[in-house]
Amino acid sequence: MMADVPDNAPQHCPGTASEQAGKTSSCEGCPNQKTCASGATKAPDPAIAEIGAKMASVKHIILVLSGKGGVGKSTFSAHLAHALASDNTKEVALLDVDICGPSIPRIMGLEGEQVHQSGSGWSPVYVDDNLAVMSIGFLLSSPDDAVIWRGPKKNGMIKQFLRDVDWGDLDYLIVDTPPGTSDEHLSIVQYLSSTHIDGAVIITTPQEVSLQDVRKEIRFCQKVKLPIIGVVENMSGFVCPSCKNTSQIFPPTSGGAEKMCLDLDLPLLGKVPLDPRIARSCDEGKSFLNEVPDSPAAKVYLNIVQSIKDYCSNRVTEDQSTT
Amino acid sequence: MHQIQNMEQNNDGGMSQVRHVVLVLSGKGGVGKSTITTELALALRHAGNKVGILDIDLCGPSIPRMLNVGRTDVHQCDSGWVPVYTDADKSLALMSIGFLLEDPDEAVVWRGPKKTALIGQFVSDVAWGELDVLLIDTPPGTSDEHLAVLDNLKKHRLDGAVLVTTPQAVSTGDVRREITFCKKTGVRILGIIENMSGFVCPHCSECSNIFSKGGGEELAKLTGSIFLGSVPLDPLLSTSLEEGKDFMQSFPDSATFSAISSIAQTLLSSLQTP
Repeated sequence: MMADVPDNAPQHCPGTASEQAGKTSSCEGCPNQKTCASGATKAPDPAIAEIGAKMASVKHIILVLSGKGGVGKSTFSAHLAHALASDNTKEVALLDVDICGPSIPRIMGLEGEQVHQSGSGWSPVYVDDNLAVMSIGFLLSSPDDAVIWRGPKKNGMIKQFLRDVDWGDLDYLIVDTPPGTSDEHLSIVQYLSSTHIDGAVIITTPQEVSLQDVRKEIRFCQKVKLPIIGVVENMSGFVCPSCKNTSQIFPPTSGGAEKMCLDLDLPLLGKVPLDPRIARSCDEGKSFLNEVPDSPAAKVYLNIVQSIKDYCSNRVTEDQSTT
Repeated sequence: MHQIQNMEQNNDGGMSQVRHVVLVLSGKGGVGKSTITTELALALRHAGNKVGILDIDLCGPSIPRMLNVGRTDVHQCDSGWVPVYTDADKSLALMSIGFLLEDPDEAVVWRGPKKTALIGQFVSDVAWGELDVLLIDTPPGTSDEHLAVLDNLKKHRLDGAVLVTTPQAVSTGDVRREITFCKKTGVRILGIIENMSGFVCPHCSECSNIFSKGGGEELAKLTGSIFLGSVPLDPLLSTSLEEGKDFMQSFPDSATFSAISSIAQTLLSSLQTP
C-alpha cells in the first residue's frame, strides 16, 4: 500500500516496491519493468535516511489530519503553533504540505513572503524568532497561481520540504495536511518513517457527513501505524453575539465527535465553538488567541494545546523508561 | 487490452445521451461542493429535468449519504455500470466510489494513478442513459482527480464549471487558484456560488456573518465571472442533508430554497445559451 506507482505504469501495477514488482502479468510491456525486476526500486528511498538525519534535531513532530476539507485543519495548526510558541524558550515550526490549497501563509499573516536560499538549504519564513513557517505558498509568484500537479510532483515537493529546509533545532514541528488519504499523506508518513512522529491530531466538525470521512482518516492512521493524540471537534455550536443563545449550525445528528471517540476509544481533546472572530483573525493573519484571549473558544484552544503538550512530554518519559 | 476496446465500442451507453455536463469545483475543502451539487441536482429535478451526479471525490465521497442511498450495490449491464437511482422515476442517477466500498469506514488510500484509472472508468463506463444535466462533484484541489476528469471528458462534452466558495478570504484565495486552473485548462466558468453566507439566529433573528460576507461576489467581479448567488448557513439544510432528505420538498418556504432554485434557474439558462 505504501508502494509507489509511477505515472506511466499500467493500471494493475503492483507498486515499484512490491515483492511482485516487475514480475506480474501487468508488468509486461511497462517501460519500468527492467528496473523493477532488478530489485533497485525495492531499496528504501535514500531521502528517508537523509530526512531522518535532518529531523534528529526535532524533538516532537505532530501531524494535523482530517479526511474532510474545510473543517479547520489549517486554523487549528496555526493556533497550535502560536500557542506553543508563546513559550519563548520553545522553538516551533509549522510545515504546510497542502500543495494545491496552501492556506497557512494567509492565516499566519505571511502572504507575499518568499523563501530564501541559504548555504544550508531553504530558509523558512519567520513569524517570530521562535516560530518558523514553510509552505508552497512562499514559492509562488502570485496568489492566483494554481499548482496543477499530479501525485509524484507533490511528493517531490514534500520530500524537499523535509530534507532541504533549514529547520534548525526544534522543539515542535507541526505538519498541516490537505484533506483525504492520498499522496501527500502517504508521503509524509513514509518520508518521516525513520524519525519519530509523536502522533496525529484529527480535526472534525460535528455532522455525520464530516465524521464519515474522518473515520476513514482514522482507519488510515491505523493502517500506517500512526498514533492518534486525539480528536478536536471544531465549529461545535454557535453562540449568537446578540442574544447569547446557542445554535447547532452543523448539527451532531449521530452524536458528534464525542460518540465517535467513545465508539473508537479515542481521546476527545475538546470542542471549539464557532466564533466569527476566528474566521476574521485568520483572514487578517492574526492569532485569535492574542486577539480575543478571554473568549470561550480561546480557552478551549488553550486546553487542547495543554493536552497535546502533556501527551508529547509523557511520550518522552515513556521512551526514556523503555530504553 | 481487450477489455478497453470493448468499453470503447459501448460508449453509446456512456455519456452520449447526456445533454450538459457541469463540474462543481472549489480549491478549498468543506465549502459545500457536495451540498451544492446535491441541492442543485434536486432543484433541477424539481424543474422537470433528468439529472445525474458523478462523485469523483474518491477519498471522501459524501453524495451517497446526502441522498440517503448508503448501502447499494452497483450492477453491471451490457452498456456498463448502472448508476444508482434515488427514485422510482429514475430522474436522479448517481455514481460514487461510496457504492463500491464494502465497509463505509474503509479508507481509500490511493495515490494518483489508481485514482486516475477509476475516474476514467467512471466517465466512460457508466450507463447514464438520457440526462439533461450531469453534475460532477470533485474533491478539493487542482490535482490528479481534476486532470483525470478533464482528460476523460475531452471525448465527450463539458459545458463548464461552477465554483463554490465560502465568504472568507482564506477560501476565496483557494478559489482564485481554481479559476487559474480553469483558465489554464480551458474550462468555461459558468459562475461562482457563495455558500455559508450569513447565519440568521433562530432565537432573535440577528444575522451573523460567521465566515465573513461578500467574498464570493467580490471574487466574481475581480475575475469577471458571473455571480450565481449566495446560499445562507441554514441548520435545517445541514440536518436535511445528514438525514438524506429532499430539502426542496421539506422546506419550500425557506430562504435557502429560493436561493438554490434561483441559482439552478440561472445555471440552466446559461447552459442553454452557449
